[in-house]
Amino acid sequence: MTARIGVVTFPGSLDDRDAARAVRLAGAEPVALWHRDTDLREVDAVILPGGFSYGDYLRCGAIARFSPVMGSVIERARAGLPVLGICNGFQVLCEAHLLPGALTRNDHLHFICRDQRLRVENADTAWTRAYTAGQEITIPLKNGEGGYVADERTLDELEGEGRVVFRYLEANPNGSRRDIAGITNAAGNVVGLMPHPEHAVEDLTGSGTDGLGFFTSAIENLVGTA
Amino acid sequence: MSPLTPLDTVDHAAKTPDSPQPWAELGLKEDEYARIREILDRRPTGAELAMYSVMWSEHCSYKSSKVHLRQFGEKAPENDALLVGIGENAGVVDIGQGYAVTFKVESHNHPSYIEPYQGAATGIGGIVRDILAMGARPVAVMDPLRFGAADHPDTRRVLPGVVAGIGGYGNCLGLPNIGGEVVFDDCYQGNPLVNALCVGVMKHEDIHLAKASGTGNKVILYGARTGGDGIGGVSVLASETFDAEGPAKRPAVQVGDPFQEKLLIECTLELFAEDLVTGIQDLGGAGLSCATSELASAGSGGMRVELDTVPLRDSSLSPEEILMSESQERMCAVVEPGKVERFLEICEKWDVIATVIGEVTDGDRLEIFWHGERIVDVPPRTVAHEGPVYHRPIARPRWQDALVADDPAALARPANGEELREQVLRLVSSPNQASKTWITDQYDRYVLGNTVLSQPEDSGMIRVDEETNLGVAVATDGNGRYAKLDPYAGAQLALAEAYRNVAATGARPLAVTDCLNFGSAEDPGVMWQFSEACRGLADGCQQLGTPVTGGNVSLYNQTGDTAIHPTPVVGVLGVIDDVTRRTPMAFREEGQLLYLLGDTAGEFGGSAWAQVIHDHLGGVPPEVDLERERLLADILINASRDGMVDAAHDLSDGGLIQAVVESCLRGGRGARLVVPEGLDAFTLLFSESAGRAVVAVPRSEEVRFNDMCGARGLPATRVGVVDGDAIEVQGAFTLPLAEVRAAHERTLPELFG
Repeated sequence: MTARIGVVTFPGSLDDRDAARAVRLAGAEPVALWHRDTDLREVDAVILPGGFSYGDYLRCGAIARFSPVMGSVIERARAGLPVLGICNGFQVLCEAHLLPGALTRNDHLHFICRDQRLRVENADTAWTRAYTAGQEITIPLKNGEGGYVADERTLDELEGEGRVVFRYLEANPNGSRRDIAGITNAAGNVVGLMPHPEHAVEDLTGSGTDGLGFFTSAIENLVGTA
Repeated sequence: MSPLTPLDTVDHAAKTPDSPQPWAELGLKEDEYARIREILDRRPTGAELAMYSVMWSEHCSYKSSKVHLRQFGEKAPENDALLVGIGENAGVVDIGQGYAVTFKVESHNHPSYIEPYQGAATGIGGIVRDILAMGARPVAVMDPLRFGAADHPDTRRVLPGVVAGIGGYGNCLGLPNIGGEVVFDDCYQGNPLVNALCVGVMKHEDIHLAKASGTGNKVILYGARTGGDGIGGVSVLASETFDAEGPAKRPAVQVGDPFQEKLLIECTLELFAEDLVTGIQDLGGAGLSCATSELASAGSGGMRVELDTVPLRDSSLSPEEILMSESQERMCAVVEPGKVERFLEICEKWDVIATVIGEVTDGDRLEIFWHGERIVDVPPRTVAHEGPVYHRPIARPRWQDALVADDPAALARPANGEELREQVLRLVSSPNQASKTWITDQYDRYVLGNTVLSQPEDSGMIRVDEETNLGVAVATDGNGRYAKLDPYAGAQLALAEAYRNVAATGARPLAVTDCLNFGSAEDPGVMWQFSEACRGLADGCQQLGTPVTGGNVSLYNQTGDTAIHPTPVVGVLGVIDDVTRRTPMAFREEGQLLYLLGDTAGEFGGSAWAQVIHDHLGGVPPEVDLERERLLADILINASRDGMVDAAHDLSDGGLIQAVVESCLRGGRGARLVVPEGLDAFTLLFSESAGRAVVAVPRSEEVRFNDMCGARGLPATRVGVVDGDAIEVQGAFTLPLAEVRAAHERTLPELFG
C-alpha cells in the first residue's frame, strides 16, 4: 500500500507543488488538501508547505492557523498524525501552538536564499528517521522571517528534551536563538523547520538530495506502524 | 460626483464645444488635442480625454519609436518556431513536444527612481500579468538593473529599495528569479533602469489573445479593486523627462500586492483550464482605458461598459480617475454568457473579486456609461492602435566623432606582472565586476522546483517537462558603454552576448525580446542613437535567425539635458532538449584543460578595464562578427550535447580574466594560464573581443573537441589548466583563490550591507 501524504494549499502557498513532487519522488502518493476543506481525505501524514499564506498579513501564519483545514490538522496532530511544517508551514505550526515559540524578522532585515548547512540533532522524529543524529546535511533556506525565538525556559526545555531537531551550521542566517533551524513536539510527530527539504530532492534543481530523507522517513514510519 | 459639477457626458460635450480642457496637464500636445476633436467631430468628454491622454502617451502608443520598430517585423527572419509575433502582450515560441514559451522584458524605470520598492515590485507584477494574459503559467523572472555610481549616496537609497521590491514581490509571488544584470554607471544616477523579464510556459492549444469578439459576450473585470494609485502613471511619469525642480511625483506610482497577484495567477490558470475565456487582457499602464480599448480594437465588434459597476477601493473616485487608475493585480476577460456563472465560481474559490462590467456589442464603438449616462463614445482603434506617429528629428551628436577618436590605445598599460596582478584585483572587485550574490541571495531561486541554472550562471535555465527534461534558457545583456560609442554595434553586441550566454549553457537560441532604454525622444541625438540601435538589432536578429517577439521602449530616461547611455537590453531565449546535459560555468575538476574559443585582438574601447583603471570611455567597441557568433554557439551546443566540455563561460566585460575568476570561484578550483604565442598577457586577460568563450575540456575529450573545432574552423587555443588553489598567469603573477574571493565578494556587502 502506498503511503498517502497530504499537502495543504492555502491562498499564497508557493512550495505546495514542490512538496508534492518530493513526496512523489520519495515513493508516496501526494494528496492535495484545500484550506477551506476540513476533510483530510484519509492521509497518513500532512505537510504544510512554504509560501506566504494569506499574504502573511497580520503576522506570518497567523491567519492560516484559523483556516478550516487547520482545525482538522490540529486535532489529528494531537492524536499522533505526522505533520511537517516547512518555512511558512513552521510559522503556521507555531501560531497553531502545535510547536512552541515564534519566527521573527531575520536579524539582518533581508530576505535570504542560500544553501544552508544543518546538523540533524534528533533522528527519532517521524520526519527524521532516515538520518542519523549528528549528520550534517545541506538544504536550501529562503525566508525573510526565519529568526526562531522563544523564552529561555522554553529553549532550555527544548534542549533538555532533545526537541531541537536541526541546528544551523557555519553562520547563523537569521539570528535564530541557539542556532535553532527546526524543532519537534514532545511526541515527535510534529516537526517544523525553516529550510526547505523539498528543494533538496534532485541533483538537477536544488542543493542536492539531502532533503529526501524527510519524506522517506515519513513513509518508513507509516509502513512500520501499519 | 458632486451635484455642483455636472457629469461631462457625450451630449454635454457636444453642447459645450468651447469648454476649456486640461489637455496640456494630461501630457497631450496641442496638435494631439486637435486631432482628438477631429476624430470625434466634437470636443472629447473628460473621460474620453483621460483615455486618449494615457493611450497616446509615449509609453502606450510608441509614437516616437514606432517608425523604427517596424523593421523588427520587416527584417524578421523566417522562423517556424514563432507562434505569436510582435503586437500581442508577449511573443510565443514553439519549443517542441507541444510546448510553447512566451517571454518578454519591460521597463519600470521612472517609478523605480521615485519610489524604488513599489516601482520595482509593480514592474514584476506587470510583466507577469502580460505573460499570464497569453495563457501561460509564469515560471521565472529576471531583472536587468542599472544604477548610478555605486558609492553615490542616492544609489544607497535606490538600489536597496529596488532589490527589496523585486524580492518582496517576486518571492511572495512564488516565481524563481534566475538571473539578470546589475550595472553601475554615473549616467544612470538620476535615471536608474529597472527592467523585468518574465518567462511563461503553456501548451500550444492554450494560447490566448487579447481581443473581444462575439456579440453579447460579457466583459468581466477581476482581481483587485480599483483605487486612486497610479493615476496618470504612464503619461505623467514614463513620458516626461524628470525636472529637478518639479514636485515629487510619488502619487503616480502604483502600489503592489503580490498575494493578490498570486491568487490572480492560480485563478486565471484555472479559468483557462476550463476553457472559460474568449479573450483576455491584463490591466497595466493606462488601466481600464487600455484594457477596454485594446480588447475592443482587436475584436470584431464594439463594447459597452458600465463604469459604475467597477469595484472601488475609494468610492470618491471620478469616472476619469477610474479609467486612468493603474491599480495593480487586475485582469479583464471576455466570456461567453453561458460560461459566466462558472467563471465567477472559480474566482470565488480563489477569493478574487469578479464583476461583469459590460459586454461586446455589434457596433464599432467603445461606449462607456456612468450611472446610465454615456460618457465615452469613441472608435476604439483611434484610442488603442491609431495614435499619433512621429518622425522625430534625428542627428548624429556632434560629440560622437571626438568620443570615437579618443582611442584607448593611448591609455597606460600595466608595465610588469606586479601591476597586472594589482589591476586584476581592482577589476574583479570593482562594483560592476564584483560578485552580485548580496543582491541575488535576496531572491528566491528555488521555488517551483525547476530551476536548473540561475545567477551567476551565463543563462538562467528552467526545466519545462519533468519526464522528458525539455527546458529553456534565458539570458539578458546590454552594454551602454559600447552603445554610446556605436549604437548600431552596441545593440548587436548586446544581442551577441545574450545569444552566446544561452549557447554557453548548451541551449539553442530561438528568439529575442528587447527593452530599449534611451533618453528624450525630443533630442535628435538620442533619436539617432535609438534609430541606429534599432537598425543594428533588427539586422543582427535577421542574421542570427532569432526574431524579436516583443519588448518595450523606455524613452525620456534623461534628467535635464543629460541622457543615459543608450542602453538596449536584449533577452535571448533558447531551448535545450535535455537539461541534464546543460553546461555550467564552474571549473570543478582538477586537470581539465582550458580552451579559449574565438579570436582575441587588442580591443579596449568601452571595456571594463578602461573604466575601472582609467575611468575612460572612448574609441570603438569590439568588432561584431555574427557569423562567428553562430559558429561559436554551434560548437558550444554540440560540445554540451556530446559531453565534450564540463564547463563553459562566455567572455564579455572584463575579458578572459573576469571569466576565469568567476568560473574558478564558482567551482572552488584554481587555474594556471599560459599566454599563447602572438598575444601579450595584458591583451589575453583584459581584451573584450566578442565571439569568445572559455571552456574546460576533460583530457579524455581533448582530441575529439579539437577535431570538431578544427573541422568547423573555430579557433580553439589551449590557454591553461584547472589546477591548485590560485590563479596563476605564468611568468606574470599568482593570486591565491582566497584573496581573489575576498576581493570579489566583499564589494557589494561593504557598499550596501
